[in-house]
Amino acid sequence: MTWLGVFSQLLEIVAALLLAPLLSGWINQWRAWLQNRSAPGLLQPYRMLHKLFNKESVIAEHASPLFRGAPYIVFGCMALASAIIPTLSTDLPLSPAADAIALVGLFALARVFISLAAMDVGTSFGTLGARREMLIGFLAEPALLMVLFSASLISKSTSLTTIVETLAHRDLGIHPSLALAGVAFTMVSLAENARVPVDNPATHLELTMIHEALILEYSGRHLALLEWAASLKLFAYSCIGLALFFPWGVAEAEAPLALLLAMPALILKLAIGGAMLALLETLSAKMRIFRVPEYLATAFLLAVIGMLVHILLAA
Amino acid sequence: MITRWLPAAAQWLQIDWVLLVVGAWLLIGVAGVLALRRLTLVARVLFPLGGAFGLALAGIALSAALSSPEVAVLPIGLPGLPFHFRLDSLSAFFLIVIGSVSAGVSAFAAGYFRKGEGTPPGLLAFEYHLFLASMALVVVADDAYAFMVMWETMALSSFFLVTANHRIVEIQRAGYLYLLIAHIGAISILLCFGVLQANTGDYTFANMRAQQLSPFWASLAFLLALVGFGAKAGILPLHVWLPEAHPAAPSPVSALMSGVMLKTAIYGVLRVFFDLLDTPLWWWGLLLLVVGLATALFGVVFAAVQVDMKRLLAYSSIENIGLLFAAIGLAVLFSAYGMQPMAALALTAVLYHVAGHAFFKSLLFVGTGAVLHATGERNLGKLGGLIRTMPWVAWAMLVGVLASAGLPPLAGFVSEWLLLQSFLFSPALPSAFLNMLIPVVAALIALIAALAGYTMVKFFGIIFLGQPREEKLALARDASGWERIGMAWLVCGCVLLGLFPVQFIALIDPVTRSLIGAGMADTVAAGGWLLVPVAIERASYGPAIFLLGVAASFALAFVLVRTLYHGRLRRAAPWDCGYPWQNARMQDTAEGFGQPIRQIFEPFFRMERELPTPFDTEPRYRVSVGDHFWHWLYLPLARAVERLASAIGLLQQGRIAVYLLYSFATLIAVLVVVKQ
Repeated sequence: MTWLGVFSQLLEIVAALLLAPLLSGWINQWRAWLQNRSAPGLLQPYRMLHKLFNKESVIAEHASPLFRGAPYIVFGCMALASAIIPTLSTDLPLSPAADAIALVGLFALARVFISLAAMDVGTSFGTLGARREMLIGFLAEPALLMVLFSASLISKSTSLTTIVETLAHRDLGIHPSLALAGVAFTMVSLAENARVPVDNPATHLELTMIHEALILEYSGRHLALLEWAASLKLFAYSCIGLALFFPWGVAEAEAPLALLLAMPALILKLAIGGAMLALLETLSAKMRIFRVPEYLATAFLLAVIGMLVHILLAA
Repeated sequence: MITRWLPAAAQWLQIDWVLLVVGAWLLIGVAGVLALRRLTLVARVLFPLGGAFGLALAGIALSAALSSPEVAVLPIGLPGLPFHFRLDSLSAFFLIVIGSVSAGVSAFAAGYFRKGEGTPPGLLAFEYHLFLASMALVVVADDAYAFMVMWETMALSSFFLVTANHRIVEIQRAGYLYLLIAHIGAISILLCFGVLQANTGDYTFANMRAQQLSPFWASLAFLLALVGFGAKAGILPLHVWLPEAHPAAPSPVSALMSGVMLKTAIYGVLRVFFDLLDTPLWWWGLLLLVVGLATALFGVVFAAVQVDMKRLLAYSSIENIGLLFAAIGLAVLFSAYGMQPMAALALTAVLYHVAGHAFFKSLLFVGTGAVLHATGERNLGKLGGLIRTMPWVAWAMLVGVLASAGLPPLAGFVSEWLLLQSFLFSPALPSAFLNMLIPVVAALIALIAALAGYTMVKFFGIIFLGQPREEKLALARDASGWERIGMAWLVCGCVLLGLFPVQFIALIDPVTRSLIGAGMADTVAAGGWLLVPVAIERASYGPAIFLLGVAASFALAFVLVRTLYHGRLRRAAPWDCGYPWQNARMQDTAEGFGQPIRQIFEPFFRMERELPTPFDTEPRYRVSVGDHFWHWLYLPLARAVERLASAIGLLQQGRIAVYLLYSFATLIAVLVVVKQ
């Protein structure tokens, strides 16, 4: 563990916490532009968080301590997730504590807690949201794991830093397995982050909402933490995507200069990725909830086929 | 022989101490029979005493795990056929699990058993401690005779425990089914030992180890062992007794059966496959993998649609047993190709899961016992909101639920992680066909783990969260002191196993070394606090750091929000999109929560639906989920047996003349045969 490592670790956590709402704001802006609406300012998510933190929190009379603790746990999980994904540097002291499998476990932990919290108050929408969230989760989680395994098979490692280092140093060329994994990953991340074909982040339409139904009973600082955690999750997923499929420009150990370059590279990649996400969301229509299992099963199968292709072609 | 037992205690071997603990358990049982109906004595003295001996057993086994094997011969049983016992690292590992888990369950049982629930408490204490003693002796038995006697004692004592409430018809039926399948399994195990001794007439395990069987006989022994131990473990299609018997038993007994007794079957499998048989064949591993995964998927899908909380847990046990068999299959596969380090990794995952599952499943079962006593309900659809009236049970169960869902940083995740690692390193297998199978298998395991999460959210959410679905739930009382102690102990087990894998693998290492000649302790120890199965750049996992990371972010967020902003809080009516007339019946029921699974996995179930017509004045919706195996395999079999029996019954006329005629005909027939 070097001082540079500790520094890049701290830099990465701070960057994730600060950039995550910005990424959400950027995507919302693009969505508005693409849909011919006038866009909110780029800093709108920060204003939103500030407003919510200032408000008093109103919770149901019979809410249990689990309900009050869950936002902090979800936030903690997402913060740790963004700390172990190598976005700026691969020299991270926290990274050995959790590899790709533990990362998926971390997302699952957050999902279980938010679903339990949604069931705690015992309203019809809360349980509905919890059931749908777990339904999406049980298909999306293995699909994400298979995507990460495709990359693991190429780099012969489940350690995220090793995966990024190996993928960054390979010859430029298309791995068929990674191409399939990339499609699967895009589908999964749309579902996991409550984006359009599966869920709509802007909706409160009662029959279709998933993520919004989960956090319906929250307000004030608890809601702010959950919103922040949601944008952190989107940030973390984007970073996994970049780390797996566009791993160039990430600093490695003993390279302080590269760390300076890594930040603009990351922001550039995220800006392009965010605009693409907004485009994808604008071009697709929301699915009925009954179709979601088929959609996710497709993603799951694509990821498995990706692994099979890797073993068949050794590529 | 007597002189063996006389010398000063300092010279006793560890196995003598183990036998002493077993003897103490039997004495406690006898004391229970003498104090048949004195509940306070039985509950407050005998059960805690049994728990203390459980701890002692775990302690003795802990020191035995790291020392060399010891043997003992007891001159009980038939003349010239003594019981052989042997305490090696594998036995010691299972003794640790039996001792430490039963300590928690016994402490819980001290506060659990009440008057008027079928069998008198003293008799229950006898059966309970006999059950414990027989399980401990099964894993130290060193000849087929002692093994079978203990195995049958275990089956019989647990049968009487299952049928504690023997006046209820369903419980009688469940007990009968359990006994029937246990005996099919026992016959198969007996035949397996018959094959293993290879016509030498010597039934000690030492002799079986020395025999070199031809591939045909070895495979036959493998298949017999798979059926025999599989019947006890509940693999497909021999699983049907499990969801009937486990819910029927009193909760501490379900906890022992699910958490510990199923593991004796895993012990038997490991003993036969890796110790008594010499080199495994590759297709054994493949068969185990397929059977294990089918069992696991079946178990978890059925668990997700259950509406009875103990049945749900029983199906979840089937799932875990399936995962264990799949992991054993992988270890066999690696070992068949001579890849010992990989086999050690898979086997470590097996043993870790054995311990982890023992703790969390026992915790969940005793928790359902506390809920059952507080509310009188087993049906999920009539529970809800118990976290407010039973906070102790709820928070302890939350730990068990998270461990069972395979979430970091608890016990279930470590074994799942090790298992997935061993799959990821498998592409080095020399067969192309097997290589292609591995990603599919890994995908299935990931799917099963994720479905377990779904099931556990349903289980916990419907029982403990939300609004109470019945009025009487407001009167539910939290667990008593002894029950809390028992649950706290089991919680500690789940947490410690999750946080300190490196230290625990040091105990597993001698087992894998003795079974397949390779261990993981050296590579793991090199990583310090990190769990490193092969090399740090390939994979690592540090649960303690992981927990610290989440906890630190939690604390930091909490403090920062409080200092930078405020901590104001107001309680109000729930919002629910502004709908004011909501009530407890508008929450998801257990059926509702399982509905997506029922829809997606429809071919798995045999569903019968009754839908109301629009004109019903009192509309009722009924759906029952059945098991294809029961309908297509067991019922036809039962009918065929019955038909055969009644055909044979025609011979039994009940008139003496007819029987004389039979004798006469037989005599003539024999004479004819002899004459030629």
